[in-house]
Amino acid sequence: MNSSDADVRTIGILGAGRVGTAVARQALAAGYRVKMATAKPIDEITMLVDIVTPGAVATDAADVATAGLVVIAVPLHKHRTVDSSLLAGRTVIDVMNHWAPTDGRIDEFEDDPRTSSEVIQDFLAGADVVKSLNHIGYHELEEDGRPAGAADRRALALAGDSDRAKACVAGFLDRLGYDPVDAGALAAGRAFQPGTQIFNGSHTAEQLTALLRDAAVPATV
Amino acid sequence: MEIGAYSFGDAQRNTDGTLRSSAEAVKNLHEAIVHADRAGLDYFGVGEHHTETMPASSPGAVIAAAAASTSAITLGSAASIISTDDPVRVYQQFATADAISGGGRVEITAGRGSSVETFPLFGYDLADYDELYANKLNLLMTLNDSESPEVTWRGARRPELSGQAVVPQPVSGRMPIWLATGGNAGSSARAGQLGLPVSYGIIGGAPQRFAPLAELYRKSAAAAGHTGDDIKVSVAALGLVAPTKKEAMERMYPGWYNLNVEMGRLRGWPAPDKNAFLAQADAPGAYYVGDPDEVAERIVHLHGYMGHMRHFLQMDIGGLPQEHLLESLTLLATEVKPRVERLLAQKG
Repeated sequence: MNSSDADVRTIGILGAGRVGTAVARQALAAGYRVKMATAKPIDEITMLVDIVTPGAVATDAADVATAGLVVIAVPLHKHRTVDSSLLAGRTVIDVMNHWAPTDGRIDEFEDDPRTSSEVIQDFLAGADVVKSLNHIGYHELEEDGRPAGAADRRALALAGDSDRAKACVAGFLDRLGYDPVDAGALAAGRAFQPGTQIFNGSHTAEQLTALLRDAAVPATV
Repeated sequence: MEIGAYSFGDAQRNTDGTLRSSAEAVKNLHEAIVHADRAGLDYFGVGEHHTETMPASSPGAVIAAAAASTSAITLGSAASIISTDDPVRVYQQFATADAISGGGRVEITAGRGSSVETFPLFGYDLADYDELYANKLNLLMTLNDSESPEVTWRGARRPELSGQAVVPQPVSGRMPIWLATGGNAGSSARAGQLGLPVSYGIIGGAPQRFAPLAELYRKSAAAAGHTGDDIKVSVAALGLVAPTKKEAMERMYPGWYNLNVEMGRLRGWPAPDKNAFLAQADAPGAYYVGDPDEVAERIVHLHGYMGHMRHFLQMDIGGLPQEHLLESLTLLATEVKPRVERLLAQKG
C-alpha cells in the first residue's frame, strides 16, 4: 500500500486554505500530480482549485487518501473533521501548529504535554505521521525553494517514528526545493514548534542541524 | 479609482519610546479623518483593534463622530469583527452614523477576526469562529436586505428576531457591506457566492499574488448569479507617502519596528530584521512606501492584476508622528490620486 519516495507521484492535500494551496502550487511546480479535498462537496471547491491551484484536481477525502503522500493542512482545531480511517497505513505530513498567540489556544493541545503532532498521530492511528512544513511561512514556501546544491538552500526539519515514511517525506521536501533534515522521532518535533528558534527563522541544513542538536533534551536528568 | 486610508488608531510614543494615552490616539484618529476629508481623500476605514498600542476598539463611535465632522469622504470599518459582536448593534451604530452623515457615506466591512483578543474579551470560543462568522454575517445581510425595520431572523449563534424593530434604517435603505479577507481562498469564494464586495488586506509578499483570488471572487459571484455594482474589489495595504522615497522610508521604519517588536512579544518572534522591512519596501513588495510617483505607479501596476476600485493604506503604525500621518494623507489626496487617475487613463 505504501510507496517509497521514488514512486510518489501524487500528493493528496486535505485543506485548501493558505497553507494547503501554497503546498499544492509548490508541488505542482515540482512536477507532482496534486489532488485536493476539503470538508465541502467536490463541486463546491472545483472552481477554487482550478483558479487558485491550476493543475490540481478537486476531489474528496477518500480519493486524496489514495495518494502516495497525504498532507493535512486544515485548521488544527478542525482536525477531527478528517476521517482518520481513510488514512490508516498512509504516510501523512502534519503541517499544523498549535500556535496559541496567533490562532487562539485549543484546550486539547494546551493541556496535553506532548507535541501537537503526537496528538495527531494518536488521532490518526495506523497512519505514519511526519511533522514537517510547519515552520515555513506559506508565501515563503513558494519563494524560498532552490535547486539541490544551491549555497543558500533553505532546510526544513522533519520528525516521525517511521523511517520509511520519513524517507518518503524527505524526497518530497527535496523536490520542493529544500534540504530535508531529520530531527528524529515524532516527539523531537518539539524543537521546531511555534516559539522555537527554528520556527522563527530561516536556516541552511548546517544551521538547522546545529539548532536541532542544541535543542535535544537529555532523556533523564 | 478611489484612494483612501485606514487606521487602528495607533497611539503616539514619547521620545523615550513609552506609549502615550489611548484617549489621545482616538482624538488623533478623528483629526486625521477630518484632515483626509478636507484634503479630498475618498475613503477612511477604522479599526477594530483592542490593544493599548492600537485602541480603535469602537469603529462605529469613531465613524459617527467623523460623519458629523466631514462632508464628502466615505467612512467604513476596516474591519468590524462581527464574529464577536452583535450584528444588530453593529448595524444600528453604522446606520446611526449614516443618518448623521446625511446618507450614503457609511459602509460596514465585516471581518472574521485577524487577531485573537476579541474572543476572550467578549466571551466567545475561538474554536467557533467559522460558524460565528457565517451566522452573524447572515444576520447582518438580513438586516441590510430588509425593506421594513421589523426583522425576522433565526440562527444558531444569537437569539432569534421575530419582527422587532431595528432602527434607524439607513438613509437610502441599505449600506454597503463588504467582506474582508487576508487571502484565504474560501473567503473569496464565499464573498462571491454571497454577492458582497470584497476587501483584501495585503500585508506581506507580492500583492499581485492575490490576483487569482480576485478572479475566484468574480467567477464565484457570476456563477451565483450576482452582477452589478456590488461586485467589486478593494485593497488595503501598509504604506506611507512623503515628498521623497528616502523620507518615506525613514518615517515608516521606526513604527514598523515598534509594531513588530510588539507582535514578536505576543507571538514569540525574534527582534525585527530591517531586511524584512526593506524586502517589502520596493516593488514587488507589499508596502506602498515612497514618493507620490512611486506609490501611484505601484497602485496602478496592481490594478492591472486586481482590477480594484479602491486602494487604501494603513500608514500610522507603531506611533508614526501625527504630522507625518497628516502630510501623507495630504499627499495621497493631492499628489497620488491625480497621478493614479492619469496613469489609468493612459492605460485606457
